Amino acid sequence: MDWHAPTWGSEGVTKFIDLTLNGISTGAVYAAVALALVLIWRATRIVNFAQGAMFMFTTFIASAVIDSGGSYWLGFAVALACGFVLGALVERIVIRRVEGGPPLNAVIVALGLLILLEAIAGMIWGNTPRSFPPAFSIRGYEIGGTRVLFAPNDTFTVLVVIGTALALRALFQRTKLGLQMRAAAFQPEVARMLGVRVGRMLTLGWALAALVGSLAGVLIAPSVFVGPNQFDPLLVFGFTAAIIGGLDRPEGAAVGGVLLGLVLSYVSGYEGASLVTLAALVLLVVVLMIRPGGLFSSTRERQV
Amino acid sequence: MRLPSRIRPPRLTLARSLGFVLLAAVVLALVSEALSSYNDLQLANGAYYFAVLAGLTLLTGLSGQISLGHGALMAVGAYTVALLIGNEHWPVLPALIAAVLTSAVVGVLVGAAATRLRGPYLAGVTLAFAVGLPALAGKYPSTFGGANGLVINPPTSPSWLGQSFPLERWEAWIACAGALVVLFAIYNLVHSAVGRSLQAVRDDEIAASLCGLRVARLQTLAFVVSAACAGLAGGLLTLVLQLAAPGAFTLGLSLALLTGVVLGGLGSILGAIWGAALLVLLPIWSNDIAHAFSFSTNVTNNLPLAIYGLVLILAMLLWPSGLQGALGLLGLRVSTSLKNRASTRYPVGGAGQERAAARRGGASPPQGREEEEVR
Amino acid sequence: MLEIEALTTDYGPVRAIDGVTLSVDRGSITAVLGANGAGKTTLLRTISGLERPTGGRVLMDGEDIAGEHVEDIARRGLAHVPEGRGVIVELSVEENLRLGGLWRGRDAAKTAEIYELFPALAQRRSEPAASLSGGERQMLSIGRALMARPRVLLLDEPSLGLAPMVSTRIMRLVRGLALGRDLAVLLVEQNARSALSVADRGVVLNVGHVVADGSARELAADDGLARAYLGL
Repeated sequence: MDWHAPTWGSEGVTKFIDLTLNGISTGAVYAAVALALVLIWRATRIVNFAQGAMFMFTTFIASAVIDSGGSYWLGFAVALACGFVLGALVERIVIRRVEGGPPLNAVIVALGLLILLEAIAGMIWGNTPRSFPPAFSIRGYEIGGTRVLFAPNDTFTVLVVIGTALALRALFQRTKLGLQMRAAAFQPEVARMLGVRVGRMLTLGWALAALVGSLAGVLIAPSVFVGPNQFDPLLVFGFTAAIIGGLDRPEGAAVGGVLLGLVLSYVSGYEGASLVTLAALVLLVVVLMIRPGGLFSSTRERQV
Repeated sequence: MRLPSRIRPPRLTLARSLGFVLLAAVVLALVSEALSSYNDLQLANGAYYFAVLAGLTLLTGLSGQISLGHGALMAVGAYTVALLIGNEHWPVLPALIAAVLTSAVVGVLVGAAATRLRGPYLAGVTLAFAVGLPALAGKYPSTFGGANGLVINPPTSPSWLGQSFPLERWEAWIACAGALVVLFAIYNLVHSAVGRSLQAVRDDEIAASLCGLRVARLQTLAFVVSAACAGLAGGLLTLVLQLAAPGAFTLGLSLALLTGVVLGGLGSILGAIWGAALLVLLPIWSNDIAHAFSFSTNVTNNLPLAIYGLVLILAMLLWPSGLQGALGLLGLRVSTSLKNRASTRYPVGGAGQERAAARRGGASPPQGREEEEVR
Repeated sequence: MLEIEALTTDYGPVRAIDGVTLSVDRGSITAVLGANGAGKTTLLRTISGLERPTGGRVLMDGEDIAGEHVEDIARRGLAHVPEGRGVIVELSVEENLRLGGLWRGRDAAKTAEIYELFPALAQRRSEPAASLSGGERQMLSIGRALMARPRVLLLDEPSLGLAPMVSTRIMRLVRGLALGRDLAVLLVEQNARSALSVADRGVVLNVGHVVADGSARELAADDGLARAYLGL
């Protein structure tokens, strides 16, 4: 295997900085996807393999809104709103029946949903990937004469993801609703006995997760284009990031996302894009061998 | 909860199962004579699907370890056969044995890593494996043929079968032979002490290890066996298609294998047969349906997938135990499975098992599971 | 008040409770006694809606609540403190308490009231509930139930795993609560002596059936009964 040692002239440093910044901004999107997966896992103990297909769908809707004359922000808002509704519908109609059963069945249902949504998107909008506008300029900042590979749009991406994570944290830790949602996730039976409408909390959990996912979709759409299968790698990387962080902690999603983003950016930059999936596998194996429950897993067992 | 089954064949000993397999071989040979070339090809496809599904159902159903990466394991066997037959001109049988061995070795590696992982973490690793391993083909295009893959010459039927013996029928014979070997091996493994030990580990690891079972070894063994089956299936696929290319071993294949195992009925050999049949026939049927109506191109192209997705969702909602379970409800199921319930490494219900699951890292199902009432 | 009429619950082919009839007045304690597996926990779980009854009625102040959803029954003012306490260990003490009163909104008790009742909890209010001892957890789960100002209180084996002194204190506390807050308390206990010392009435279950029923004093004085069913 060829291994090019990075040159440490000013070119090398610029390249390293570029890759780092790029890794942070793609990592932010992985973190958002991972966050959506963690939210659903904590609430219903299900891995939502259909997450990628769901936010592909909402991004398509946003694209349709923008193409028919709406502003970017209108499309953005519509995507988030549709995500919220779609998440609630999916939980209520489909997932409710497989919660609490053999987990493999939930996996199959989610896979079926993924396939179905991608097929429906193909039927409505066709299979050719289409472009999606970014929120802000994608022309990199100029710092001291050199143009870095980090643009206003990337700043927006990172800030939005951070803001969302903080908002969710505030929701869960400081509000009555958040307390009920956490209780419903940790001990649904006990929560019921305390009058918490657990079913509604689970639906809300899915709706929020899907909203976060839609956010990720809109943020990444400019770079990967919008098509029925275009977001599949994002789901794989988001899932990998969630596992790296440990499925039970939202902080894990954030750290896992950024870590994965950085590693993949460096590998892609120094070794070539074809090794990116292999690098993800290696990173995942290394992390899990050291901590089988992910980076932020606790060894404390749940006591009844 | 065990569904009552009306017909239960007597437990077959090693010798009797061998006899059954030989009988099945004769029957399949006769059937293949009667089928057209196209259908012989479908038979071959079904045969290698069965080979990998049987191993996968052993791993996921009996041993309770989820794998989203068996497509990549098939790729290992496929490329082994392609390289040995294409480059080194090995004959078919040694090449297939080599495929089994190489994928078994990979299975040891994956299995060893898997023993420390549970549930979704194992799923994540096997998923990354399914997506990452085929990347090697792209990284070393000279060896692995890059995106176009490796082509081999079609297998030639032996002269004593006659000159005009159709290629497809010979491929069906090879594939069915492989499938029957797998059937024999898996059946006897399931009904042996090892098989029972695997189930014991699946149901309660801690209790099993307290009884003296070597948990990690058994779990790795399950992986190795299922990887060997997958490798054989991959090798058979290469023989049938005369091609080993990354496009045939996408993540989609791994996921399709998993759906086949669950739809057919997890943990049962008959379930693997149903699953294989579904994987071959469902795309054909949905394609036929799509083309029967004159829809727009977009719709026609995507309708088969939409049907497949819908089938998966409905099947899981209506028949959670797969086809085997559904037949059982009709009193028609022929039981070949030892297990009492399909469970992966998340036991369903039972306080002791929930505590055990919690010790493994909180992978127990939510309590307070209500009836199917819509709130 | 709480009235149970001919309540029956099945677990598949097994009949866990069969035709149980009893009643609990406001401001009084009825003890439910019996050996392991007699159906005591199933009785409470059926009343609070965690299990679906096969037959019979559960009347809360005259209204039949049998078969309703758990959270709806809870919102009628029925609090169930489960076996094992059901403390949510991932939340803090304060959060556990607040959770108990959420559905009541403005009419819920203030956490300050509970801390007055249980000073030991006040010191640990921001700590995760996982760090509490068994006795403290029992106090927490009772306190949490009281946050919603319930009318009926179901207690499942509150003395389980507790030192005798602690369990006595809790029993006395329950008596005080029943009288002071006009609660109808249904108390399941294996420690019959302790339960009968604070209860007004008692019911003895055996394999799902009521085999004895009367005032606590009568039951405590009945030696034959005590030896046969209560291990006294």
